[in-house]
Amino acid sequence: MKRFLIPLVIFLVLVGFLGIGLKLDPHEVPSPLIGKPVPDFRLVLLSDPAKHLSTADMRGKVWLLNVWASWCSSCRQEHEVLLELSRQGIVPIYGMDYKDQPADAQAVLDRFGNPYVETVVDLDGRAGINLGVYGVPETYLIDKNGVIRYKQTGPVSRESLEKKILPLVKELQK
Amino acid sequence: MKPWMIVFAFWFPLAASAGEAKPVAEDPVLEQRMISLSEDLRCLVCQNESLAGSRADLAQDLRQEIREQMRAGKSDAQVVDYLTQRYGDFVLYKPPVKPLTWLLWFGPFALLIGAIGGLYAYIRRRGNRLAAEPLSEEEKKRIAILLGNNGNES
Repeated sequence: MKRFLIPLVIFLVLVGFLGIGLKLDPHEVPSPLIGKPVPDFRLVLLSDPAKHLSTADMRGKVWLLNVWASWCSSCRQEHEVLLELSRQGIVPIYGMDYKDQPADAQAVLDRFGNPYVETVVDLDGRAGINLGVYGVPETYLIDKNGVIRYKQTGPVSRESLEKKILPLVKELQK
Repeated sequence: MKPWMIVFAFWFPLAASAGEAKPVAEDPVLEQRMISLSEDLRCLVCQNESLAGSRADLAQDLRQEIREQMRAGKSDAQVVDYLTQRYGDFVLYKPPVKPLTWLLWFGPFALLIGAIGGLYAYIRRRGNRLAAEPLSEEEKKRIAILLGNNGNES
């Protein structure tokens, strides 16, 4: 009996590990920036290239930074969710237009609606690299002290919004 | 054909190609340094490719970032620090040895030692068991037959 038990246990452990491995998404890289201050940027606004927005301006606010681009098709998936969130007015959403032509980005906002309080333009992607962006869309939740509290890679869904982002927003806004 | 024409004919293509070849980078030494560093870094978009070999947009941007930081006088370690602060140890093909990666680094050796221990225990147990079971009369007879003694004990 014991002779069969040991290989069986080893087999089950192996199946367990492989099962977990199947569910892991290798594209989801845990961000080491969570719990750290958001890297500084000072970028021009999409709405008015003469004006700038910097991370320092955002102190004292809980805000979402959504990195997107007009060429990014999965950004279109989350657009509706973001619009809904902005209508609810729970948390301000700021956009970062990543490696994009400002005119194309503006066209997307004109056509599908604008969920952002402001959108900053990161033409060459340097600010994105500084943030650790590796695939748009990415969304960062930043607290009053400018610390990144949550990062979502890939489109924001209603589920991730309700289960993760909004509860955390409420906690941080206290 | 005059000799100078032959010389010209050979010289002409050489001159043409010399004109076309442009240096790969403004600073070949720095470029070499950038490439050798980024060979040990993972591209985050195509995760099986190194940063040096990937043609992904992000990889090109990151190579540019590395280039500029090197030009600004940062050491290799500082550049790697900059990247791991943003993208985590995941970008390193050689992850650092720390408690979180102990299993990764020492796991295979632990497994090997465990396997050797198991094998050793198994062989010893088997040896004991064989020694503990003396041959029966029947088996002794069969051995004698096989050895050609026709059942007569020597």
